[in-house]
Amino acid sequence: MSKKAGVPFKGTKEQEKQLLEVIAELRDTPGCLMPIMQRAQDIYGYLPYEVQKIISDELRIPAEKVYGVATFYAQFNLNPKGTYKVSVCLGTACYVKGSGPVFEEIQKILGIGDGECTPDGKFSLDTCRCVGACGLAPVMLVNDDVYGRITVDQVKGILEKYN
Amino acid sequence: MANVTLKINNVEVSAPEGSTILEAARLAHIEIPTLCFLKDINEIGACRMCVVEVKGARTLVTACVYPVNEGMEVFTNTPKVMESRKKTLQLLLSIHRQDCLACVRSGNCELQTLCKDYGVDNSARYQGAMPASEIDDSAAHMVRDNSKCILCRRCIAACEKTQGVGVIGANERGFNTYVGQIFDMELGETSCVSCGQCIAACPTGAIYEKDFTKDAFAAIADPDKFVVVQTAPAVRAAIAEEFGAEIGTNGEGKMVAALRRLGFDKVFDTNFAADLTILEEGTELIERIKNGGKLPLITSCSPGWVKYCEHYYPDMTENLSSCKSPQQMFGAIAKSYLAEKLGIPKEKMVVVSVMPCTAKKFEINRDDQAANGVPDVDIALTTRELARMIKQSGIKFNELPDEGFDDPMGEYTGAGVIFGATGGVMEAALRYAVEVITGKELGAIDFNDVRGTQGIKEAAYQVGDLNVKVAVASGLANARELLDKVKAGEADYQFIEIMGCPGGCVNGGGQPQVPGYIRNTVDVRAKRASVLYNIDKNAKNRKSQDNPQIKKLYDEYLGKPGGEKAHHLLHTKYVKRQVNKDQM
Repeated sequence: MSKKAGVPFKGTKEQEKQLLEVIAELRDTPGCLMPIMQRAQDIYGYLPYEVQKIISDELRIPAEKVYGVATFYAQFNLNPKGTYKVSVCLGTACYVKGSGPVFEEIQKILGIGDGECTPDGKFSLDTCRCVGACGLAPVMLVNDDVYGRITVDQVKGILEKYN
Repeated sequence: MANVTLKINNVEVSAPEGSTILEAARLAHIEIPTLCFLKDINEIGACRMCVVEVKGARTLVTACVYPVNEGMEVFTNTPKVMESRKKTLQLLLSIHRQDCLACVRSGNCELQTLCKDYGVDNSARYQGAMPASEIDDSAAHMVRDNSKCILCRRCIAACEKTQGVGVIGANERGFNTYVGQIFDMELGETSCVSCGQCIAACPTGAIYEKDFTKDAFAAIADPDKFVVVQTAPAVRAAIAEEFGAEIGTNGEGKMVAALRRLGFDKVFDTNFAADLTILEEGTELIERIKNGGKLPLITSCSPGWVKYCEHYYPDMTENLSSCKSPQQMFGAIAKSYLAEKLGIPKEKMVVVSVMPCTAKKFEINRDDQAANGVPDVDIALTTRELARMIKQSGIKFNELPDEGFDDPMGEYTGAGVIFGATGGVMEAALRYAVEVITGKELGAIDFNDVRGTQGIKEAAYQVGDLNVKVAVASGLANARELLDKVKAGEADYQFIEIMGCPGGCVNGGGQPQVPGYIRNTVDVRAKRASVLYNIDKNAKNRKSQDNPQIKKLYDEYLGKPGGEKAHHLLHTKYVKRQVNKDQM
């Protein structure tokens, strides 16, 4: 049942030092939790359990409280981004042109859901709302590569290019 | 403080400045309904059951947090108010799994009561998707079923603010919000201390203790088993509430009669073991003081506190008394001394305990709690579970005669019975230790400084040549405050009593449910504690060392307090735990 981050935590001592400095700088400011979490995400790219635990230990607040905030706001990521960031547009035009089934197919092939990352750190998957290419709907992106008018059958081939 | 005058439903009321509308309405004999509100710990105005109209206000306001002011006009029962409250209930029902017939809280569910009061039966009105939820039964003592959760956050407040534990919280947002743990770790994997204060705070059947009444009934029905039951001090101070009595009613005699009628072979008292604990713990205290042992010595009767210490103050586990809790001491003696006396093989003996506590369910399965090669205690029930057994068996509690406990493990002193209230263990220990240290009989037996429901109490006593400084804390957030002082070197106590639940065991997580509106207005802790102090006041023997059956136990079997045999049976070890895990 627990949402294990599929990618092992690879935080460095240097990152931890930076985080501790941020906490030391902000800890006496009222309402410091969110700014600290934002800066932590800048440092690590996401907010894994280990990072939330450091924040909790340092501020002497329950770790669950940090997690509650992290899951309340969409801007906080619990999973790292992969080498290849796959995103599928679920905006109106793409959606009516069938990006839903495309998104499902990608989830099936990669074995991960929205906002997650494959255990090898290669692919992460996100949905987005309109990339300004409605004429090409449905659209998916892998990093900066845009693929338009895609069908479910083409998904496998596209992903294989990045292996 | 100055008073302000306002009108509630056209009736003039004078209320202290700074009061809320909810408080002022009570002065006008009006109870405004609440669900999420718990005084001091959950004043968040979130559930919107308490809405009222205030003349001149743009919208309905939440009475639980809205302060009164001079000349204010409040209306608590207009059609607009009623309609809003009804709609709130309907919306709550639309995401509530309505399993009311068999629900453990049916009859004392606050949501059910309000729906009945407001005639809300149209549960189909807002029918639609239900938030996804899973049952978490990973902890030793409880089950959480979020399909009955109304997101009032009372459990979260109890866990974080009252207990300083904070392993549960609200995750995600909007329709997907649920009460859970960090990264959806199972509750049993977190540093939850099993205190059950979340259960006591829950207005519905979303959180409840793991029910072992079936196991108890099965053991009683098994002709091969000899089933002995022990009841903790605080159970008698609350059990009668389950049968309609006022808070603060002594139910001891009827409880004993009911246990006998349930078919237990022997009905004994944990108070006996509390007296035993005092001799062991008192001796340990004296030895540590005399021989330069680790001080302060901290009591270890409360398994919620012990687990909290292991998780949050692992560097202080050496301060914990090595004494087992009275529940476990009872089991260890029952399966040795008593079994031998009665000629019953220990394997055939089943020890059932009735406790005001859910952490006791965790404690019976701890390591090193099986002194005789079999578990000291087999089944730990809460006060609520015992009441359930009595009801299921058709025993008419209120019509029962008052009966007494069986011999020999049913005899107790006033010192044993006050274990159930905060400060009680401290007082009982002082009644023993002072006599041992001074070698003189104690004159004044009441140690009033350590009584009362304040979260932290301190006192100092001149005992012979020694100046003994003591402190008492109940509720783990208070314990944390006290321990931080000790760690910072700001206090040098020799002896500290800590109870996991605020007010001590009388207010334990396994006690009869008290609805929010009573919790908010009645000092439940003091009322229940008064039962125990009254028993103590009228007891023939008020010092543990005067318990004739305890003397006999040492003479015939254990030798001396703190001796080798006592050590083997009655003492235990602790482990160092961490807060949650290091990594996922």
